[in-house]
Amino acid sequence: MPRMSGSRRHAVAFTLNGRAVEGEVEPRMLLTDFLRHVIGATGTHVGCEHGVCGACTVQVDGEPSRACLMLAVQAGGADIRTVEGLAPAPGRLSILQESFRTHFGLQCGFCTPGILMSLDALFAHTPNASEQQIREQLSGHLCRCTGYTPIMRAALAAGEQLRRESAHA
Amino acid sequence: MKPAPFDYVPAESVEEALDVLEQTGGEARILAGGQSLLPMLNMRLARPQIVIDVMRIAALKKVEETGGALIIRAAVRQVEIERWPNLAKDQPLLAAALACVGHAQTRSRGTLCGSIAHADPSAELPLVLVARGGSVHLRSRKAKRKVAAEDFFTGMMTTDRREDELIEAITFPPNVPATGYAFREVARRHGDFAIVACAAIADTKSARLAIGGVAERPVVRAMPLPGSSALDDALNEFAWSLEARDDLHASARYRRELVRRIGKSTLEEAVRCRA
Amino acid sequence: MDVQGESWVGRSLPRVEDAALLSGCGRFIDDLGVRPGTLHAAILRSPHAHAEIAGIEVAEALAAPGVAALLTGADIKRLTSSMVVGVKAPLECWPIATERVRYVGEPVAIVVALDRYLAEDALDLIEVEYKPLPAIVDPVRALAEDASILHPSLGSNLASERSFRYGDPERAFAEAPHRIAIKVRYPRNSCTPIETYGVLAEYDPGSDAYDVLANFQGPFSIHAVISRALKVPGNRLRLRTPPDSGGSFGVKQGVFPYIILIAAASRVAGRPVKWIEDRLENLAGAVSATNRVTKLVAAVEANGRITALDWDQIEDCGANLRAPEPATLYRMHGNMTGAYAIRHVAIRNRVVLTNKTPSGLNRGFGGPQVYYALERLVQRIAVELRLDSIDVFRANLVPAEAFPYKAAAGAILDSGEYRIAMEKALEQGGHAELVVRRDAARAQGRLYGIGYTAIVEPSVSNMGYITAVLKSAERKKAGPKNGAQATATISIDPVGSVSVHVASVPQGQGHRTVLAQVVADVLGLKPNDIRVITDIDTGKDAWSIASGNYASRFAPAVAGTAHIAASRLRDRIARIAAQQLNVKAEDIVFKDGRIGAANNPENAIPFSRIAAASHWAPGALPGDVDQAIRETVFWTPPELTAPNDQDEVNSSLCHGFIFDFCGVEIDRTTGEVRLDRYVTMHDCGRILHPAMVAGQVTGGFAHALGAALLEEYVYGEDGSFLAGTFADYLVPTIMEVPEPIILHHETRSPFTPLGAKGVGEGNCMSTPVCIANAVADALGVADIELPLIPSRIAEHLHGPETPPKRVPTQAAPKAGARQLFGEGSATVRAPRQAVWEMLLDPNTLEKVVPGAHTIERVSETHFRADVTLGVGPVKGRYKAEIRLADLVAPQSMTLSGKASGALGFGDGTGFVTLEETDGTTMIRYRYQAGIGGKVASVGGRLLDGAVRFLISQFFAAVAKQASGDTTRRASGFIARLLVRLRRPP
Repeated sequence: MPRMSGSRRHAVAFTLNGRAVEGEVEPRMLLTDFLRHVIGATGTHVGCEHGVCGACTVQVDGEPSRACLMLAVQAGGADIRTVEGLAPAPGRLSILQESFRTHFGLQCGFCTPGILMSLDALFAHTPNASEQQIREQLSGHLCRCTGYTPIMRAALAAGEQLRRESAHA
Repeated sequence: MKPAPFDYVPAESVEEALDVLEQTGGEARILAGGQSLLPMLNMRLARPQIVIDVMRIAALKKVEETGGALIIRAAVRQVEIERWPNLAKDQPLLAAALACVGHAQTRSRGTLCGSIAHADPSAELPLVLVARGGSVHLRSRKAKRKVAAEDFFTGMMTTDRREDELIEAITFPPNVPATGYAFREVARRHGDFAIVACAAIADTKSARLAIGGVAERPVVRAMPLPGSSALDDALNEFAWSLEARDDLHASARYRRELVRRIGKSTLEEAVRCRA
Repeated sequence: MDVQGESWVGRSLPRVEDAALLSGCGRFIDDLGVRPGTLHAAILRSPHAHAEIAGIEVAEALAAPGVAALLTGADIKRLTSSMVVGVKAPLECWPIATERVRYVGEPVAIVVALDRYLAEDALDLIEVEYKPLPAIVDPVRALAEDASILHPSLGSNLASERSFRYGDPERAFAEAPHRIAIKVRYPRNSCTPIETYGVLAEYDPGSDAYDVLANFQGPFSIHAVISRALKVPGNRLRLRTPPDSGGSFGVKQGVFPYIILIAAASRVAGRPVKWIEDRLENLAGAVSATNRVTKLVAAVEANGRITALDWDQIEDCGANLRAPEPATLYRMHGNMTGAYAIRHVAIRNRVVLTNKTPSGLNRGFGGPQVYYALERLVQRIAVELRLDSIDVFRANLVPAEAFPYKAAAGAILDSGEYRIAMEKALEQGGHAELVVRRDAARAQGRLYGIGYTAIVEPSVSNMGYITAVLKSAERKKAGPKNGAQATATISIDPVGSVSVHVASVPQGQGHRTVLAQVVADVLGLKPNDIRVITDIDTGKDAWSIASGNYASRFAPAVAGTAHIAASRLRDRIARIAAQQLNVKAEDIVFKDGRIGAANNPENAIPFSRIAAASHWAPGALPGDVDQAIRETVFWTPPELTAPNDQDEVNSSLCHGFIFDFCGVEIDRTTGEVRLDRYVTMHDCGRILHPAMVAGQVTGGFAHALGAALLEEYVYGEDGSFLAGTFADYLVPTIMEVPEPIILHHETRSPFTPLGAKGVGEGNCMSTPVCIANAVADALGVADIELPLIPSRIAEHLHGPETPPKRVPTQAAPKAGARQLFGEGSATVRAPRQAVWEMLLDPNTLEKVVPGAHTIERVSETHFRADVTLGVGPVKGRYKAEIRLADLVAPQSMTLSGKASGALGFGDGTGFVTLEETDGTTMIRYRYQAGIGGKVASVGGRLLDGAVRFLISQFFAAVAKQASGDTTRRASGFIARLLVRLRRPP
């Protein structure tokens, strides 16, 4: 049976924002470190490394997940999305991102990528997410700058705008 | 805050996982969703020599519904059960408790069996499994056995699982007709581990109350039905018997008080919810 | 000349910062590339609150894979000198433990390795021998005669004491009809930015210079502290900051001791070294606000007017006085009378050292502590004199006609209409309706209360305020310190585009956006035309000691300085334009990207063309213009003078006003506090960007709500740190933070270029006490302690407890202490003598000590063991010492054990008795045990059970060893254990 030695590096490959990526890692390397320091996708941030703050939240096969509570080797074969994959094109912002800008839903921006990935997953899965559902989804994130009020505004407005867009589509 | 080194076994079958467990026993940890194990690895509180990932085992990804019972295998994530059709109707206690388990971002990966294996005394899922009289299916290379949830949890993060055994599945028994279920927990913040969690089950003749977050494991006890003059005394004895302790989030006295008060209101709610 | 058109300032423009931050393109310190060969550091931290370091064994760690260097306190002492201490006392302050550790989390050694994983592996191999000393946690206890002393050189734990007297407080107290007093304790907390500290340092031996990148926030007076500690002149310490910083709230000032450590490590390693703090390090070892014990007495007239205040403050700065401490205690010093016209003030300030993390900057800086006492007192005055709280405010608020108002201790309150603002808040915030809600709730038997606060929010600190800690003569000797230099540079490149450079070091506040607005207005451009750079390089940029992001100085000081710089450049460009357009400079207007004649719109030239003229045709400039390429302005307000001989000090340039009120309901069952409504009225002078001001208010409000309800750095009585994870240090989430109602009443500051005042910290000062006042009102009690945890509030709600019919077997542990007490028993099917002999036999001890690998016998009654201990998945290897004492054969003994390892340490004492009946021995034990270190900090919730488990395990093993098989006789917990123990190891 395959047993990956803890003292060696092993190949890991997955899809990141629609593109194949691969690298070599020790089994113990966290997905956060792999994304940031091996792949160079530094948009996913590290805030606590024990699964509470939510800054490192990425989407794994469409579900918002703490990248600090995942080993890189666990991600093998998965479809991973990070904040770098949100914008529809370089120099443009998605509806969700734009809403955060319009409503001042960020200050230092350190927790923001994780929040965006959680909300993006929520709206994809539950387009009609209620204020309470948005609140519950956001409860898995700590933000120290905004006091959450503008984040909630941005999220509500983005949900509405996304619904309008899909109605027109 | 990085894990110590370990070997990693991405098991493809239950047998493979059991082989490694048998060979390595106490030096191995099972990795399922990782939402309890990874923080411990990152903090180096746990430093297993081998981590056996069971999430690639197809046989462990199944959920079975037989006669209303829900058999959930080791690789089933919490979010899958959260979205299980008719969960609120068929397993109302589980449905209510699941919503309080961590956050969406941890339920997306965390498994039910993993929470049972971790046996945190404040965790919701062990409490519900005990309250419902559920069971834990254990398997080693040599044998399979089924342990009642009440006997499975033996103390603070300790269980009846032997070192060569894997929790293959857990069973939530079928919803009993004309029975009401209620769940309530008090935590410092939404999504935190419970200071006190109460799961109540009541039919027309009897009631049961399970308490988490107070003793070193979830504890269930038969209770007089609300309205009975014996209820307050029974709740008081229950509260004291749990040997609550002070910590930075709540005093022992507070925990006892919540067992008495929230325990009572949860029982009353269960009675109201009798179908 | 003039700028025409609509002003950009005052509008909520989208932030220029956001596109990058929303796309994952931020440039935070850990996102930036490093030089090839850069090494990574990890830091070993003390598990003890107070202990002598008897020895550090590093050989194994140095030999570990990938390790390049290892430094201990001795190395740091050799390479650096003590950080400067701000009081005149025989105190040293090192960034790492030298001879002793003084708080849990204090650095003890630094490992430098190829990556962070390997560095942490090596940390596990360092063996430190500690000799524990008694710990001091309570600041009042720290002053006791018999208290354990942290710094023997100081001779006590009192680092500074000063008394002040303004006006004639004795007479005011003698004449006042009422004397109302309050005693409060303000807890420890921190604003914990989500990005932790980061440092990248490199040493150049060729020029004996350090190049450091750190997410430091200023004040840059600390640059002098760092260079002095590193023993290089300031010009050999190049300190740079990354373009983005993930929040600070004061906390990132505290990265500077790590700059010293990592710089020294890079020198030893001969390579660049990078260190990113992790969250466990951050919670245990970064910066905490001070905790403070305050006694405050007021002399009060019958109508509630306060004529005098008598302050007695004991400030707990933790284990060391780190620069700029004790600044927290003196930050508010010039205005200890808040928003009130109180002429007579006495102050006694004591600074004590305890075995806690050294304190430092934290949002609100000293304000939360002062206002918690002052505003609780005002509430008590209303209660005790049976007055309406609003009337007490009316009687005391500084009247509008008194501004600028010189407060008793020297602060000059620049502008305000406090009473008008208050009345407006009451009206617009729906106060009358809130009172109706309260009365209705109370009529239903619910617990509802209303709280109020009126405070002054100081901003732009005077660099001299901290010298008030020194006596006048000491100050004279040291030379005067005052002012608040702000800097801004505006430059124009050869194509005429404009750049702004400031040393304001933002951490998310949107400085770049506001500066673009300010400068665009001056130059008649669009904000998009202006490029603003805010990262700083002390080797190249304009900066001074006051540079940085603190004291809410951006809007009042930095934005104003940029305005001055832009205006000066504009005036020069206007003279160039005047020559080219053949009009007078006074008639030049800057509008819509063009420079033209005021009375003839056709006579205009694009801005860029004239602006670039200094590059392309310097010879053609008018005679009175040397260049219009770059303008750097240093601005310091003349109002910020040094403390005078009477110890009067204008500690801040601006003083905003806040009036808050709120309604809370308390759940009678759970004691949970629900905020029903929160209204916050601000006078922050001119508002430059309304959405950013709102963001500062909601952000500060959330911090304050956390401080009021959730957050505390909890320490056990033994100094163990108990809030070591984000599951124990509880930061509010969106579920806990309601939206406050924000109101404004504007009186512009006459002292700042743009009329703006700071706004970033006020709610951290006003909100905790406002909520506390509401809870006091709801409960009808006087003593309210933060944080208002439900368990604590419930003590006021739940009546006497019905005892159980059956007394529980386990003794309850002592509240709040890490010491655990318990008892238990095990039954052994063996005679007493056999059990006794077994306990004294090292061969059997090896079998019964849980997880023992080896046992070495030191003497008859002293054993050393190497053990693996753990509960569930939490396992660690420990070195243990076991001693047997008070032997009364074969009846009783005292058994004591100590264990220490990577996860922490533990010790316990057990009193064991043996009773025999019919060949069966009952072992009874009572124990007392304590655990500290990492396990206590991060796993406190699991701890009590773990200790009980291990002790039970030991005696169960004794029972098993003595009798072979006891399972059928044992019961309950022991039985379960024995089932486990029968399994092969």
